[in-house]
Amino acid sequence: MWPELGNFALILALCLAGLQAIIPLVGAQLGHDRLMHAGRSLAMGQLVFLALAYAALTLAFLGNDFSVAYVAQNSNETLPVVYKFTAVWGGHEGSLLLWVFLLACWTVAVAVFSKSLPKEVLARVLAVLGMVGVGFMAFTILTSNPFDRLIPAPPDGSDLNPLLQDPGMIIHPPLLYMGYVGMAVVFAFAIAALIGGRLDAAWARWSRPWTTVAWAFLTLGIGLGSWWAYYELGWGGWWFWDPVENASFLPWLTATALLHSLAVSEKRGGFKVWTLMLAILTFALTILGAFLVRSGVITSVHAFATDPDRGTFILGMLAVTLVGSLSLYAWRAPKVGLGGGFGWFSRESLLLGNNVLLVVACAAVFIGTIYPMALDALNLGKISVGPPYFDAVFMPLMLPLLFLVGVAPSLPWKQGDPMQAVYRLRWPFAIAVVLGAAWPLTVGAWNPLTALALMLVAWILITTGVDIVRRLGRRQGLGARLRGLRPSFLGMHMAHAGLALVAMAIAMVNTYEDERDVRLEAGETATVGGYDFTLLDVDRIRGPNYDATQAEVRVTRDGKMVDTLYPQLRHYDSQPEMPMQQAALNRGLTRDIYVSMGQHVGGGAWTMRLYYKPYMFWMWIGGLLMAFGGFLAAADRRYRLARDRSAVSEQQVRADQPRDFQEAQG
Amino acid sequence: MTPKILLPFAGVLAVLGLFYLGLQVDSRELPSPLIDRPAPAFELQSLTEPDRTLTEQDFIGEVALVNVFASWCSSCWAEHSNLVELERRGITIHGLNYRDERPAALRYLRRGGNPYTHIAFDPRGDAGMEWGVYATPETFLLDANGRIRHKHVGPLDAQVIREEFLPRIEQLTAEAAS
Amino acid sequence: MKRRNKRLGIVVSALAGLGIATALVLNAFQDALVFFITPSEVMAKTEMPERNFRIGGLVEEGSVIRDPQSTEVTFRVTDTAESVTVVFDGILPDLFREGQGVVAEGRIGPDHVFRAYNVMARHDENYMPAEAQEAIERAGHPGDAAGGY
Repeated sequence: MWPELGNFALILALCLAGLQAIIPLVGAQLGHDRLMHAGRSLAMGQLVFLALAYAALTLAFLGNDFSVAYVAQNSNETLPVVYKFTAVWGGHEGSLLLWVFLLACWTVAVAVFSKSLPKEVLARVLAVLGMVGVGFMAFTILTSNPFDRLIPAPPDGSDLNPLLQDPGMIIHPPLLYMGYVGMAVVFAFAIAALIGGRLDAAWARWSRPWTTVAWAFLTLGIGLGSWWAYYELGWGGWWFWDPVENASFLPWLTATALLHSLAVSEKRGGFKVWTLMLAILTFALTILGAFLVRSGVITSVHAFATDPDRGTFILGMLAVTLVGSLSLYAWRAPKVGLGGGFGWFSRESLLLGNNVLLVVACAAVFIGTIYPMALDALNLGKISVGPPYFDAVFMPLMLPLLFLVGVAPSLPWKQGDPMQAVYRLRWPFAIAVVLGAAWPLTVGAWNPLTALALMLVAWILITTGVDIVRRLGRRQGLGARLRGLRPSFLGMHMAHAGLALVAMAIAMVNTYEDERDVRLEAGETATVGGYDFTLLDVDRIRGPNYDATQAEVRVTRDGKMVDTLYPQLRHYDSQPEMPMQQAALNRGLTRDIYVSMGQHVGGGAWTMRLYYKPYMFWMWIGGLLMAFGGFLAAADRRYRLARDRSAVSEQQVRADQPRDFQEAQG
Repeated sequence: MTPKILLPFAGVLAVLGLFYLGLQVDSRELPSPLIDRPAPAFELQSLTEPDRTLTEQDFIGEVALVNVFASWCSSCWAEHSNLVELERRGITIHGLNYRDERPAALRYLRRGGNPYTHIAFDPRGDAGMEWGVYATPETFLLDANGRIRHKHVGPLDAQVIREEFLPRIEQLTAEAAS
Repeated sequence: MKRRNKRLGIVVSALAGLGIATALVLNAFQDALVFFITPSEVMAKTEMPERNFRIGGLVEEGSVIRDPQSTEVTFRVTDTAESVTVVFDGILPDLFREGQGVVAEGRIGPDHVFRAYNVMARHDENYMPAEAQEAIERAGHPGDAAGGY
């Protein structure tokens, strides 16, 4: 009964989305108030029905209703209850339901928090979100309905993929989808601007917090995915340049470019056409990501079970999005016009550099991701493009970017004085060079590339600190000083510092990590990275839905006890022939120690994979800082300055313009 | 102005076209050299009655499915209820238990039901090699004369059964009757 | 700066970006692409390519030998027509099995022994790696190899 109700609610939500795609848009064109206002109630209705559908699927999981095919494939009776909640999005169909549910949440958030938007703009934004909703809900219902019945019902389900039975995996997909879906909001703002033909500082200010929040979620999602892969896959890696990882990284790169280009659009009215292009591109890349993950064109550890029909459908969606929005763009963008000019050495010019580097990086990753597929499709042979390619193209692009991060935030808009900047930054630069050169020596042998990377890390951290202190220094009294720091300013520096920490962790791990595959019998010891690993014992234990072989490994350094680790090799009841490695870690500020179990190689001997990973801890801290920097920046008061009343129209906002620019100088 | 605008469009269309081609490369649709050839010979123990020896002759005689399965294969588990349903509708299904252990396979059948008329036990994959098994699950359709008429790699879901198997079974049954 | 100049600046930086990207991509493609070769193709060649590539096929039954003193493993990869000896030092993937599909990435020596630095098995228990499957098909239908299927 519940599944049918869920299915019905999903179909109703699709119908509401269809109305939402049309009615407010017509209203905005005709200047009809009631039609425009309908968008808000339709969005609410959609959210209610999707919440109902989502609850129905959750109930089916909790009640072990294996007559629902999706439940039978992703759950069974022994699955722990918490994973029954998360199994709702553990497979393709349910994850799509989560996707459309989150889209409805974002839509309602836009409707609720954008009271200050001119009603035409809000109506258009909601209409575009309605179109996106129609696309994804139709996709869910037509090709991947999570409520499909399986008659007769099997006595028990086949279990959630054991890889996904993990706390990291509980929150990874929702965060990632929050990011993806948030990009749909940004896209909707861009399309609304193109339809309305107005794109000014006010528009940039409205769309900026949404972009920033979506970006922060995407950052969290990607970071968490990496964290999960690091300890759950048992290979000690944290990024594999796998097509599915790239699918989430591509929109992240363009979204990062978009954040910075929006800053110019808001403060200086520049880069407007380019900003629109980035918004469209970012959204298209999120759909492309769905295509890569869900269509089966690419095989990957993360890919969902696939079906060519689904691929064709998403491809159709991608085609409609791109052709539609690019046509609109070609038609309307020339009218938008260029913004204010700027000198060759100014914050704008450096942000332009940032955009070029990020977009070029995105293009390079894109090419590496689809090139094997292209060759295969054209029957030119099978090749693979692995991490060496991505490392080779990515690093040369990121190093100059890191350098710019240190310079741009303290530079004035429009025209900077190069001599003055050099004068101001000479000490930070000198200190960064010394620190960067000395730092590697504390970990291992000196390496020029690592030193360069660490110099840039120190460079960013120092200039960030200097810039904050400089901003503090202008006022009297500590309270007033702290109030002088605007959240958007602090958020920016937090995110930059986070980036620096991530870069530091990458440089350290890539240069100084130590990894060994060893064969150990009980009592034997192996040494990795100065740590001694002794295999004490191997036991069999029983978990809730798996049997495991568990090793007891004592880790010591110079004879002093560090930790005892218990890596496992689990055999889940549902897939007894597919053992899963459960690595054991000892995390520390300057290094992680990581042990994963390999195979039994006869007698009492096992293969073990031992790692020493310097500074891994900072990768996760850096990622968190970046995301929270984003959230902080989005919380800035100036995005919430309520204009007169909700009934502002476009003309009134235009009259508001001069104030925008005054404030922009601040 | 126009050519400048057309350029991104051309790029977008090229990429989309490429993806479309990529979708068509469906590595799972494998033309089997065995199609329209007699079922390959084998001689194996029966899974359920270890004293009994089964050969390909035990699979031949009426229109039947031969399903290659293993207890360690979760997709087999996913399709199993569909097999049970097919058997309930009167379609004969034989099993080839591939690279499995007898107790595990028997437990698997106790749990999910046994839709199979005969099950050949192939722990070393000998018959699997003869039949050209790539991966489990795989399902072959035999006509009444024991020739392989169709093969599907991957689990049988409702759509595959409806579109690939039921029409063919109907047609072959009609042929056999006439 | 004049509007014209600004436009020029943007165009120049875009072109520069494109140039950098092309140069980087081409440079990286030079040595980072990993080609795929089947065991039959390996055995047919007299001169071995001086670069990394992938071979795929089935792990031959009974060919897996573990060195009792270290983590070195030797096995043979077959496409049912020819087979190649592979040496790998390290931990094999969980789903590595005799008679099952496998893909190895590495370099081949003049002795026709393939030294793998990476061994990949099936992604899950149901399907073969696409490359392993392709190797068997190429060996099985030599006539089709050029035209595809």
